[in-house]
Amino acid sequence: MALTVGIDIGKALLVIIFLQAAFGYLTLIERKLLGRFQLRPGPNRAGPFGLLQPLADGVKLLFKEEIIPAGVDRFVFLIAPMLSLLGALMAFAVIPFGSPVHIFGRLVPLQIAGPSLSLLYVFAVASLGVYGIVLGGWSSQNKYGLLGGLRSSAQIISYELAMGLSVIGVLLAAGSADLNQIVSAQTREWFVFPQIVGFIVYFICAIAETNRAPFDLPEAEQELVAGYHTEYTGMKFAMFFMAEYINMITVSALATTLFLGGWHGPAILPSYLWFLIKVAIFLFVFVWLRATLPRLRYDRLMAFGWKVLLPVALLNAIGTAAWVALVHP
Amino acid sequence: MANLIAILAGVLCLFMGVVVISAKNPMHAVIALVANFVGLGVLFLLLHAEFLAVIEVIVYAGAVMVLFLFVVALLMAGTRAPQESRGKNLPGQVPLALAVTGVFAALVVFALAVRTVLVAPPPSTTDFGSITNFGRALFTTYLLPFELTALVLLAAVIGVVFLARER
Repeated sequence: MALTVGIDIGKALLVIIFLQAAFGYLTLIERKLLGRFQLRPGPNRAGPFGLLQPLADGVKLLFKEEIIPAGVDRFVFLIAPMLSLLGALMAFAVIPFGSPVHIFGRLVPLQIAGPSLSLLYVFAVASLGVYGIVLGGWSSQNKYGLLGGLRSSAQIISYELAMGLSVIGVLLAAGSADLNQIVSAQTREWFVFPQIVGFIVYFICAIAETNRAPFDLPEAEQELVAGYHTEYTGMKFAMFFMAEYINMITVSALATTLFLGGWHGPAILPSYLWFLIKVAIFLFVFVWLRATLPRLRYDRLMAFGWKVLLPVALLNAIGTAAWVALVHP
Repeated sequence: MANLIAILAGVLCLFMGVVVISAKNPMHAVIALVANFVGLGVLFLLLHAEFLAVIEVIVYAGAVMVLFLFVVALLMAGTRAPQESRGKNLPGQVPLALAVTGVFAALVVFALAVRTVLVAPPPSTTDFGSITNFGRALFTTYLLPFELTALVLLAAVIGVVFLARER
């Protein structure tokens, strides 16, 4: 009993610490890659190849003055960044990141918790993360913040619908909402091939859900300064920043689990390394898109979500349902 | 352990429910209602109604309440949070509140007194609230109410489209 609880707490701590470190280095990798895309070296002053840059940034953010603007709703203002980060971290609790390993003579699954509805759990937790953005924008008593927060809530609700519909195909094909069973259903064939439509819709929605370019309208600098986090400083700003990057990692990990066979791969590498490689490919595509595509206009973004992605995802779900009912026993 | 969680979630729901109706600031009321829905989700989980719990959080806490926030934030934009509203009671507010509270208290006492009758037997299996069982019940036993609800929702959707087109 005590050992089981200990292992569970250890896994949770390990995942949280790993995600924080991954956040730090993801910012560095993103800046390095953007630099290369734009024919410049990127950050290279702190440490060899700029490897200490995340540490320098972290120290800087920690020692910045924390400013709370006059007239804000203090409680909501302080709780908003925490809600944002909470949603981002909690979603990772059910994602299986490797095949079970032996620790102290017992078989331990590389997943913090495995409820039978883990896929829906991810969506439930992700849908709560939007409160951090809306409340942060509203409570700072700043019109740019408010407009950024409202834009973001409208965008996230619209794309969440299409995102939820796009994974129904996977749910039907695997016959389960348990991420473990979805992974083991992909032992022979990854779902990215039969579910290519669902995969494309999912990935576009994932970019919109994480507010990344070309869907980063909530923080369109030219129109809204920095959007919902205009008034935030120091670590509170860092928490919003962290939530965005950890959300990126989470949607990439979910894409890997649902469409790319999770941790499955040839036995030349351990399963968790295969998982890491697949997630890293998605993260690279995120940066690549940011360096390549200009930002969409707001009305086009909404029209695209409701008039293109949603019908396509719906057709994909109906088609998969028909296929499962007629062809597949 | 399950009892402790149930008590904590119940207290959270009750407290947040009181905040919803007593908060001066509509934004705080909305946030309290979200916390209330999350507590309700926990209670559903403890009753083995897993699917219902997750859907409760996705639909109510995750989507409906965000729209509430949207409306409140837009309506409150540019106005200071209301500070005083004390001293302006509705006509007959106090006797009506006392009467409703009395009826509710009587109901609670009655429920506690005849608890053996009112408490439903615990579900026999743990997959009582799984997607499979939920879907089967929805599309066989409760097909008619389900379809009627769908019809009402469809009427609302058509109404919205009609109203929006006139603008």
